[in-house]
Amino acid sequence: MFLKTLPLVFVLAGLVLYTALAGADFGAGMWRLLAGGGERGERVRDFAHHSMGPVWEANHVWLIFVITVAWTAYPTFVGSVASTLAAPFFIAALGIILRGASYALRSAASTSRESRMVDGAFAVASLVTPFALGTMAGAVAAERVPVGNAAGGLFSSWTGAVPILIGLLAVAFSAYLAAVYLAADAARHGDPEIEEAYRVRALGAGAAAGVLAIVGLVVVHADARSLYTGLVHGAALASLIVSLLAGTAALGLVFTRRFEPARYVAALAVATVVAGWAFARYPVLLPGLTVSQAAAPHDTLVAVVIAVLAGGAILFPSLGLLFRLLLQGRLGEPGTAAAAAGPGGDAGRPPRSTALQARVAVALLIAGVGFLNAADAGWAHLIGVFALFGFMIVGFAAIVPRALAGGPEASDELGQAGPT
Amino acid sequence: MNTLAAALAPVHQQYLLQARQMQALSFAVHIPLVCFGIAFPVMVLFAEWMGMRTGDPVYRTVARRWSRIVLALFAVGVITGTILSFEMGGLWPNFTATFGSVFGLGFAIEGFSFFMEAIFVGIYAYGWDRLSPRLHFLSGIPIVITGFTGSLMVIAVNAWMNHPGGFRLVGGKVVDVNPWSALFGNSMLWSELVHMYIAGYMVTGFTMAGVYAVSRLRGRWTRYEQVAMTIPLTIGCLAAPVQVLVGDWIARVIAVQQPIKLAAIEGLARTTRGASEHVLGWYTNGQIKFGIGIPHLLSLLAFHSWNARVLGLNTVPPADQPPINVTRLSFQTMVGIGTLLALLGVIYLIVRIRDRSLPTWRWFYWALVVAGPAATVALIAGWVTAEVGRQPWVVYHVMTTAQSVTGASGIPVGYAALVVTYIAVAGAVVWILRRLARSPLDLPGADAPPDPIAEPA
Repeated sequence: MFLKTLPLVFVLAGLVLYTALAGADFGAGMWRLLAGGGERGERVRDFAHHSMGPVWEANHVWLIFVITVAWTAYPTFVGSVASTLAAPFFIAALGIILRGASYALRSAASTSRESRMVDGAFAVASLVTPFALGTMAGAVAAERVPVGNAAGGLFSSWTGAVPILIGLLAVAFSAYLAAVYLAADAARHGDPEIEEAYRVRALGAGAAAGVLAIVGLVVVHADARSLYTGLVHGAALASLIVSLLAGTAALGLVFTRRFEPARYVAALAVATVVAGWAFARYPVLLPGLTVSQAAAPHDTLVAVVIAVLAGGAILFPSLGLLFRLLLQGRLGEPGTAAAAAGPGGDAGRPPRSTALQARVAVALLIAGVGFLNAADAGWAHLIGVFALFGFMIVGFAAIVPRALAGGPEASDELGQAGPT
Repeated sequence: MNTLAAALAPVHQQYLLQARQMQALSFAVHIPLVCFGIAFPVMVLFAEWMGMRTGDPVYRTVARRWSRIVLALFAVGVITGTILSFEMGGLWPNFTATFGSVFGLGFAIEGFSFFMEAIFVGIYAYGWDRLSPRLHFLSGIPIVITGFTGSLMVIAVNAWMNHPGGFRLVGGKVVDVNPWSALFGNSMLWSELVHMYIAGYMVTGFTMAGVYAVSRLRGRWTRYEQVAMTIPLTIGCLAAPVQVLVGDWIARVIAVQQPIKLAAIEGLARTTRGASEHVLGWYTNGQIKFGIGIPHLLSLLAFHSWNARVLGLNTVPPADQPPINVTRLSFQTMVGIGTLLALLGVIYLIVRIRDRSLPTWRWFYWALVVAGPAATVALIAGWVTAEVGRQPWVVYHVMTTAQSVTGASGIPVGYAALVVTYIAVAGAVVWILRRLARSPLDLPGADAPPDPIAEPA
């Protein structure tokens, strides 16, 4: 049972990280729509753009992590959810395309009119995507997804009160987290005007998220009674209480301008909502499908756990490096500033003997043809492949450094026509 | 047909063909970006390394400008890759639900690879001038490694679909799953991986060389363009001839593992000893019309034997045969373009070694302008050959595409929306790349007057 549940813990942890990190990136996109006009509005927008630049791709990949681990460990669950909830899934996909594309566009936009147009598209995508993903979570929580290939309604499965409400809650959480993080970033940059702009937004969005969460409990009570029963018992109830306390504390910290702790406490408030949802439903994934029924065979679960642990051992130090460099201000918009001359170097060193390298390259090519194309044994093909890669590497070394060592190739004017 | 008990009950999907086209479109958009993910970081790092070694600012400028392209294309690749993962579940839920426990691990590891790539692309592209030169260069190495491991994982899944193993069907149910041997103990994996990896270098090399060939034809030919052309051009020209050899290898693997795919590629209706190879032409009524037949060549190429027996399409019922002309034409397109590119590569290498300079024929630069798009066409044609040639199976001889498709309605609506979105994204990418290309060079001497010699008379 432990092994069958462990991948679910990974999936939920990924979901929490996606909500807390990428959610804030979505929120940053939304705030561009509500940045206000004039020069100040532009600064508020630009700040939102720059602070997420180096990290949004890494944050986004948590979603890929969630999907791939889920479909490996609980394939029937993913197949049922993705086919019944095809519509919001597809809407989220389009939102993600639009957002990624407009992010890339924003970096290349040069006039403020261009930036504003891109920001509009970006903000719409940032609203639609968390909403659509939220309705999916809501539909699963409210037991509106039956097991089977598109067995639930294409629209009715996710347009009920609970799914819509969870969608709105996802939007509010995203906006709230983004405002808190951006206020913290602005405080660190020593920019009081931007800091105040996002502080006000954080307070507003936090209050809205809190009200929505409480309204949400009432709606769940009316519309999805078994979910409600799960939520007000045991570990789920404890999670919701922690969430309530953390949410209130985060608002207080923002109010008193202690943004750094507010960042983590706000993320905790959101994480405990996800945890509460999971505790309320466990061990049921879908109606009639429990975690252990949905789980993949033993060897696959072992493989997933090994892959996630090994991957995490590489991933987390790298993520730590990324965020440390970001917070130290050592990552910035790639400028076009004039290239500083590198350290002296040894420009005068004569390139190695080209003739020898060329001969080695030809020998490797002949060996490659012999082992890969003439021979039929597997081991010969392996040697052949390495010989051909050797040919390309040695050939490159024979040609390129020498070709680049000279100054401009003054003599090679283009002829007017090819040899006819 | 077969006795597979799929995890979800198969349904009739009226728009199966549209679902397949939607998936194919998403792959066709994503795969060229993968090529840049595989090969471009290597070129960028080489330029940066040359800059560190020689102190020549041109290299650093080249690397720096290229790293902005890496960033923009990676951003687009992240989203097109996400769409693919959505479609795996959304369009083919029964494939994922039935076999997710077998192949899913590959994508889970690929997810980590993608993650590492995203982290270090962020550090590398945003770390210029703010990290020490050494640290900055080192931050690029993981991008190269993850570009390889990511494609390894995805190809492992594809090779598994084409040559499934690592599980048993007992009473139609998937049991005894061993995901490691399913993914990595597969005899089709290695040829496919090497073929795709080299294709990545060809597409990137020729596309980037083509960009600077345009500069040269327009008379802009400073040291910056010379450096920026020589690196990708040499790589593309070395990779192209090697790809012909690797292509021969993968074809021999197909001949053994997927004889029906080979029969479709060659339009071979009946099992034949000493089979002929047909170039061009059109398959109809069990034969190739208007093709050029070369006797015994197919047997010779596929099995290294003059009279080897090559299985024909007649060995399986018509329902189990792939669309023949689509498979065949895309194969011929790939081979034709690949051969021309290999020829171009050999010409360049000979001139480079003999004259120690770039060719000076105008037509050569025009050929380079065409070579990048042509390499991309060949890439996509190759994937069409592999995947249409696999039909009607999604998991070869185990599950059909029709059994795996979603029962959801609205596929045509989704397809139309996706087409419109991808057209917009393509427009955006072109606009971004033009913007990046037009930003000032900031190099001493870069604003030299155009080279009048290169202007057409």
